[in-house]
Amino acid sequence: MKMFDFAQPATLDEAIGAWEPGAAWLGGGTNLVDLMKTGAVQPAKLIDISRLPGLAGIDELDDGATRIGALVRNADLAGDPAFAGRYPMVAEALLSGASGQLRNAATVAGNLMQYPRDAYFPGPEPDPMADASSLSVLGAGGEPVTVHPSDFCVPLVALDAVVEILGPDGPREIALADLYQPGEPRTTLIPGELVTALRLPAAAAEFRANCRYLKVRDRTSFAFAMASAAASLRMDGPHIAEARLSLGAVAPKPWRVAEAEALLKGQAPGADLFARAADAAMAGAQPVGGNGWKIELARRTAARALAMAAAGTPADMPALPASPFGNQTGDLAHV
Amino acid sequence: MSLSIHLSINGTERDVALDDPRVTLLDLLRERLAMPGTKKGCDRGQCGACTVLVDGRRINSCLTLAATLDGAQVTTIEGLAQGGDLHPVQAAFVEHDGFQCGYCTPGQIMSAVGLIAEGSAGDDPERIREGMSGNLCRCAAYHGITQAVQDATRRMNAAAREDAA
Repeated sequence: MKMFDFAQPATLDEAIGAWEPGAAWLGGGTNLVDLMKTGAVQPAKLIDISRLPGLAGIDELDDGATRIGALVRNADLAGDPAFAGRYPMVAEALLSGASGQLRNAATVAGNLMQYPRDAYFPGPEPDPMADASSLSVLGAGGEPVTVHPSDFCVPLVALDAVVEILGPDGPREIALADLYQPGEPRTTLIPGELVTALRLPAAAAEFRANCRYLKVRDRTSFAFAMASAAASLRMDGPHIAEARLSLGAVAPKPWRVAEAEALLKGQAPGADLFARAADAAMAGAQPVGGNGWKIELARRTAARALAMAAAGTPADMPALPASPFGNQTGDLAHV
Repeated sequence: MSLSIHLSINGTERDVALDDPRVTLLDLLRERLAMPGTKKGCDRGQCGACTVLVDGRRINSCLTLAATLDGAQVTTIEGLAQGGDLHPVQAAFVEHDGFQCGYCTPGQIMSAVGLIAEGSAGDDPERIREGMSGNLCRCAAYHGITQAVQDATRRMNAAAREDAA
């Protein structure tokens, strides 16, 4: 690992003041320290923000929104009963990511800001063709661009999450969907800016009775998604009053599909409808490096996630979050 | 540069002067504090061999810079047994053959201690397998590991109930 200067500011203002070109923020370190070991990321200065005060709260605001501090650990957010009750699909996505150890360390803001999955960085130089399963089939114009690796961000983008940011010029906020951009740098943060919180609007909780995050991977646990879908329905009697659908592991950013949402609105749930919505979600997908299977996998994942959401959010988190087999118990559940 | 941190490691207070900010908690324990019980496997957060508890929570010590841990309480495999008595999780791993070569075992045991403290898996084998998925065992002793965690969970819960009564 390349040598770096190390700063431990005591306050948020000191942290912003400590930034200089080439510096990086250190939160949980689960992504950054890993990439520093391979040399893929070589900060000249590390600013340790992991213990800054005031950034680790989960607060319900007067307008019904929920604010999540940047340093809330993934495990703590998923395990917060009030949060998981209001946004069960987000808790399910969090618990489907990484391992117990990593979720105890990884932060909310770090998840938003994470670099592409490590197959993209076999060494210091990126090699996008090293793993075709991690290449985008949407939103990249057929070019070999690695997918955004997050599970957490997939339901967030469907729920209109807002990112609160602080920089040398003061605070600002943007929609999570606008945090990402094609090419480098991958986010629209201005150098020196820091994500301080994430906010879910009050309306996001209205989907809690019918929402699921479904993750398909090449082993049962502790693996990146091959395809994932966050599906939420707000029901009005037998009809879908409003639907949200977003996909993970298919595009350079968490991929929300407005066309599919529009198609679902006002309809009665059913297999045919969900298949048409999934078709609409994957319309225009292009395979790269032989990963055409990902298009069909994502289409089926989206349709199944919608069916699972229509069946209702389970009262208890399944043993295997995000798995259609999660409600089974016993040895056969790992098939 | 010189960074001074204060740690409690297995109940012993220690002042550590770091000459390098790159030192991970794993390397601090093994290379500088002569505590080789915590193992280095992948050094990338993927295998779990380096699992320790920091302030009671299981984490990968290979991805944690020691300089960020001033004031923390660290528990390693060396700190589990009380005198000659094995921790219930250690005893359960012996009883259920929860290992073969043993290299991943300290990490497996620390992860199990952390998982049981989290309380989310109970004695459901499916939830235990999911909760232990951050610990790889190349000998594939997973069956015994799951049984050991299940058994230790039951024993520790029973002991806690007795204490409460």
